[in-house]
This record gives sequence, C-alpha cells and structure tokens, in this order.
Amino acid sequence: MENLLVAENVCKNFGKFTALNNISIAVPKGSIFGLLGPNGAGKTTFIRIINQITMPDSGTVFLDGEALQAHHIQNIGYLPEERGLYKSMKVGEQALYLAQLKGLTKSQAKERLKYWFDRLDIGSWWDKKIEELSKGMAQKVQFIVTVLHEPKLLIFDEPFSGFDPINANLIKDEILKLREDGATIIFSTHRMESVEELCDHIALIHNANKVLDGKVSDIKLSYKSNTYEVGLICSNQEQLKNELREKFIISEANFKTLEEELKLNIKIDANASSNDLISYLTTKGQLNHFVEVIPSVNDIFIQTVANK
Amino acid sequence: MVGMIFLVVYLSSLNNEEIRTIAVFDATEKLSDALEDSDNLKFTLLNGIDLENAKTISKESNYHGLLYIPEAAGFSELDRNIQFFVEGSPNISAIQYIEKSLNAKLTNLKLEEDGVNVAQIEASKSNVDIRIENYQGQQTSKMSSWIKAIFGGAAGYLLMMFIIIYGNMVMRSVIEEKTNRIIEIIISSVKPYHLMMGKIIGTCLAGITQFLIWIVLGGVLLFVAISFFGLQLEPETMANQEMMDQVNNSGMQAVLYDIARLPMITLIVSFLIFFIGGYFLYSSIYAAIGAAVDNETDTQQFMFPIIIPLMLAMYVGFFAVIENPHGTVAIIFSHIPLTSPIVMLMRIPFGVPWWEILISMLVLFATFALVVWFAAKIYRVGILMYGKKPTYKELYKWLKY
Repeated sequence: MENLLVAENVCKNFGKFTALNNISIAVPKGSIFGLLGPNGAGKTTFIRIINQITMPDSGTVFLDGEALQAHHIQNIGYLPEERGLYKSMKVGEQALYLAQLKGLTKSQAKERLKYWFDRLDIGSWWDKKIEELSKGMAQKVQFIVTVLHEPKLLIFDEPFSGFDPINANLIKDEILKLREDGATIIFSTHRMESVEELCDHIALIHNANKVLDGKVSDIKLSYKSNTYEVGLICSNQEQLKNELREKFIISEANFKTLEEELKLNIKIDANASSNDLISYLTTKGQLNHFVEVIPSVNDIFIQTVANK
Repeated sequence: MVGMIFLVVYLSSLNNEEIRTIAVFDATEKLSDALEDSDNLKFTLLNGIDLENAKTISKESNYHGLLYIPEAAGFSELDRNIQFFVEGSPNISAIQYIEKSLNAKLTNLKLEEDGVNVAQIEASKSNVDIRIENYQGQQTSKMSSWIKAIFGGAAGYLLMMFIIIYGNMVMRSVIEEKTNRIIEIIISSVKPYHLMMGKIIGTCLAGITQFLIWIVLGGVLLFVAISFFGLQLEPETMANQEMMDQVNNSGMQAVLYDIARLPMITLIVSFLIFFIGGYFLYSSIYAAIGAAVDNETDTQQFMFPIIIPLMLAMYVGFFAVIENPHGTVAIIFSHIPLTSPIVMLMRIPFGVPWWEILISMLVLFATFALVVWFAAKIYRVGILMYGKKPTYKELYKWLKY
C-alpha cells in the first residue's frame, strides 16, 4: 500500500533533552493511524514536526513523496490537544478567518462552513461568541475548522476529550466518513478503546523511541500467546486441574457463564494445534467455552511500555 | 491630546480665578500704599485699631490673611519683623507678590532716607532687549530655544507613549492567543515568525494612522492660529524690513514664526521613521515577553529592560539635550538604538545634520533586524510552553532550540 506520510530518522533535541530519537514511521494512504505512547513520550513533538511548527534536528518527513514544504500546510488539518479559540470573536467570523488562513477563498469557506454547520447541527451559533459556548460546543467548531479545507492528512490529538458520549460518537462517525472520502488520519489518544475501534495501524513511541509499529492485526498476531480460555463441566474439578497442570501452563480464568464449571486459561506450545487441545479436553468433560485469548491494544501498550 | 492641554490650562486658570482679600495692619502707615490690588488679590486697610481686633476682624470677614507691619525705629528693622497671619496655609503667589511689593517700597524708602533721589534712579533704568538674528539675517524670538525644546520634547514624549501603548497591545494579544490556546491552531497554518511580524506590523499601522490623524488636526490648528494672527509665511516677504518690524512688534507673531520655521517636515518624517524603527525594536521584545509568560502578571520581571532605556532616553532628552543639543551625551544617546528614537527626535528641532540622522536610523534598523531574529526564536518556543514562568537563563536556552 502506498504511504501518504513517511518520516525518516527524525531526531529532535531540546537542549539536553531528547524528544525524538531516530523515529521512522510510515503512514499508509487511507488508513487511520494510531500514534500511541505514554505522556511525554514525544508524540506531540512528532505531530508538531509534521505540521512544521517545530523543525527536526535531523531526518526528513515526506508527504506524498515530497519533502515537507510550506505549501503542504494546506494539505494537513491539525486538531491540537491544547486547543481554543478567540473568546470574544463570533463563531462564524472566526471560522471564516481560520479557513482563509488555510488558503480557502472567502466564498468557498462560507459555503463549506454552512454545509458543516448544518451537518453538525450548529447552524444557529454563527453569530454567537465563543465565550457563550460550552467547551464541547467550542470543540465542534474546532473540529469543523480542522476538516474544512479537505486536507489529505488529518491529525487529531485527543479529538474526543470534552465531548459527551453522543457527540463523541457523532465525531467518530465523521472521522470514519472522512476516511471513506479518501483522507488519511493520524490519531493520537490515550483512550485505548477508541484506538481498538478506529485504528488499523499503530505506532508506539516510548521515551523518544519508536518501540512498535505496524498493522494492528499483525501486531496482535505477534503478541498472541497461544492461550485459550476454556470452560469445562466435569465431576472432579480439582483432580482435572492437577492433571492439566502437568501438561500445560494454566491459570484461573474469569468469565461469565450459566453453569458452575471449571474456568481456566490454558497456554499451549506455539506449534501445537488447538484442535488437539479441544479433542483432549472433550475426553475430560463437557466443553462449553473455548476462545482464543487475543491481546487488546491496551494490553500490548502496557506490556510494551512496562518491558522497556 | 490638544484638547487635553487646553483642558489642563483651563482648569489651572479656573483654580486661580478666586479673588483673595488680605487685611493689612500697617503700624508704620508708610508701606501699605505699595500694595496695589492685582487680578486676584485685594488689600483692605485695617488701621486705627489694635492688633488683636484686626486679627478677629480678618478672621470673621473670612479674609485670606492678615498682614501685620509693626512699628519700627528704622526701615532696616522691618526686614525680619513683618508678619502674616493666616488660617491653614498661605497662597504662595500672594506671599511672593507681597514680598516683592514691600521690597521695592522699602528699598525706595531707605534710599530716600539716605538722601538719594529715587525719581532719578527710576528715570535712568534701562531695558535692554536683544534682537536675535542668525547670520542669514533671519530674526528669531528669544522664545525660539524654548519652542524647539517644547516641540522636540513633545515629539520624544509622544514617541515613548506610542511605543509603550502599542508595544503593550502587541504583548497582550500574544498572551491572549497563548491563554486561549488558539495559538497551536493558528501556527499550524501560519509560520510563527509571520504571525509575530503580522501582529507587529498591523499594530504599527494602527499607530501611524492615529499619528497622521493628529498631524492633520495639529496642522489645521496651526493654520487657524496663523490666519488668526495674520502671519505671512513666505520667506521673501519675511525678508523685507517692514515685515521684520512687524514681527518685532508682536511676540505672538514671532513665536508663530519660530514654529513655522521649525524643520517640521524633517520632524514629521523622522518621527514616522523613528517611530517605525523604535516601535519595531521594542514591540519585538514585547512580543517575545508575551510569548514567554502565561499571563500578564508574570510580565513584570521582563518589563524592566524595556522601561529603563525608555525612561533613560526621556531624562537624557529633558536634561542633556535641551541644555546642550549637540553635546557629547546627547550625540551618543541619539545613536544608541534603544534610546535614539526619543533623543534624536528631541535634537532634530535644534538642527541635526542629515547624515547624523541617517546613521542613527541605520543603526536602529540594523539592531531591529538583530533583535527581531532573537525575539522570533523566543516567540517560537515560548508560545507553545505552558505552566512555568521562565527565567532569563531559560530564555537564553530557548534561543538554541
């Protein structure tokens, strides 16, 4: 798949502090790319480099095959984590101004703003001042301003903070729709459930280094431990447990069922087949629960960060 | 501005309009006729009663005070013995007026006592009035130096106010964008340097517009004043003798003539150029300060380096330049970039060679280019820094990011 954004060996130091150490990342076209990492890992610095707010000490970033230049700003939409608007300016005026900064003409901007304001159901706010709006309402305006110039690359840093669940969903649907329309999205957040839901690629940055990146499904595959969650109805649970312990690595599992059954996590050798495990287990009792344990992004995140 | 001056003059004249009555108890009966009523002083004689009564009367009649001249053996004795009774504090100008009048009278009385003919002395007093001309034969009034100082001082003071007012405006708008957190949204579309320069230049244009409005108003006022006093400005008519005499006759005309002969065009053009240079220099520092802090209260520690050179320039201007516009101190300070806009403006009415102005401007603009480069670095880093109040050391570190 073609990459929209490629960063090659990007380094950035602030005095003695290293913010980014030799980061190389490729963001495939049309993907939703999760940029993850603990606080202070260097995500924001990396995003700022893409936006040409900060210049890297070394390394190059390519957008669509071209090294980043000033005019690329019009192809990028950025919703920063720390965001706000002029408090005493009217919503419409302000949105027009910001849109024009991104290179839209006034009439173009007006037309598209009208479309988006109606779409997000905020058409009546045009003449209101930002200070009259709630935080979530202002966030909607910021979202519109970010996507208005139809950039190829959208960068959302914690886009859902400050939204109630209904509006968060609304924004999520809009993000998915933007991807359908051809935009590539870089998504930075600490909310792993939304990463799980939205992202198809992720990169994990920890202490200025990239520690992990790739397709979410590939990463999960490499993190799977051949562990199965098993529910077995049998007469003598303790005896069976001891028997199993000799053959496999087992641990207590916890899931909800209707019956009083033996609940275990069973880890088998990487080259062993799950079919063999099933046929073995069926000889011991009635098997009514058998699921492969898939690591969540949350688990992968915690595991990777803790190991480094 | 002009209205303000009129208001102050009007208010202080109002303040003095009150007429004060002063009771005079003259035991010698020789001095009281020296005290003539003036515009705001009236004297009432209270002779033929004793001092205690005089005090009570002047108190009850709500007089400003009671002047008591005791009886004395000789006039010399009176020097230290005249008293003034007053409720609260006396009016300084009234006391001065009384002292002056009594001094003159006493001196005359003493002279007469010694057998000198006072009338003869009066008649032989001369009143020299030196006519000041330059070598080209143009006459000026004695006020000329003062007029130059006033115009130079006003221009310098105005420039300082402009720099402070518009520089602060730049700083506040930087802080506003930072506290609003809109800054990151904007600088993802515009380069921080462009944003900063846009702010500085935009505010500068607002300042120039305001200045031009004042110039037009001032020009209209001057024109009205000139036509009111019937002064002709053409230099060739100026040269003829008749005209000169006319100028001589009327002080107001001479003053207006002096004003008209000031290098007005140079002053206005230099004001604009020095304003642009000085304002750019200071407001880029203001912008850097605004970017470095989170709120206006934190700006105090950084305001010092801005206010000190401005104040210094004002004091140097008022004390050194007006005293000797082409002295060493004045020349040096009119070339140091942080003080040159103000000091040079104050010197210009006294006549400064064009190359000196040019050098001063070049130094100013070169410094501006250097300072704006540093300011842009601090600005770029500062606008994205939140939370802590930076020290000078940290600002220095930012320069290297």
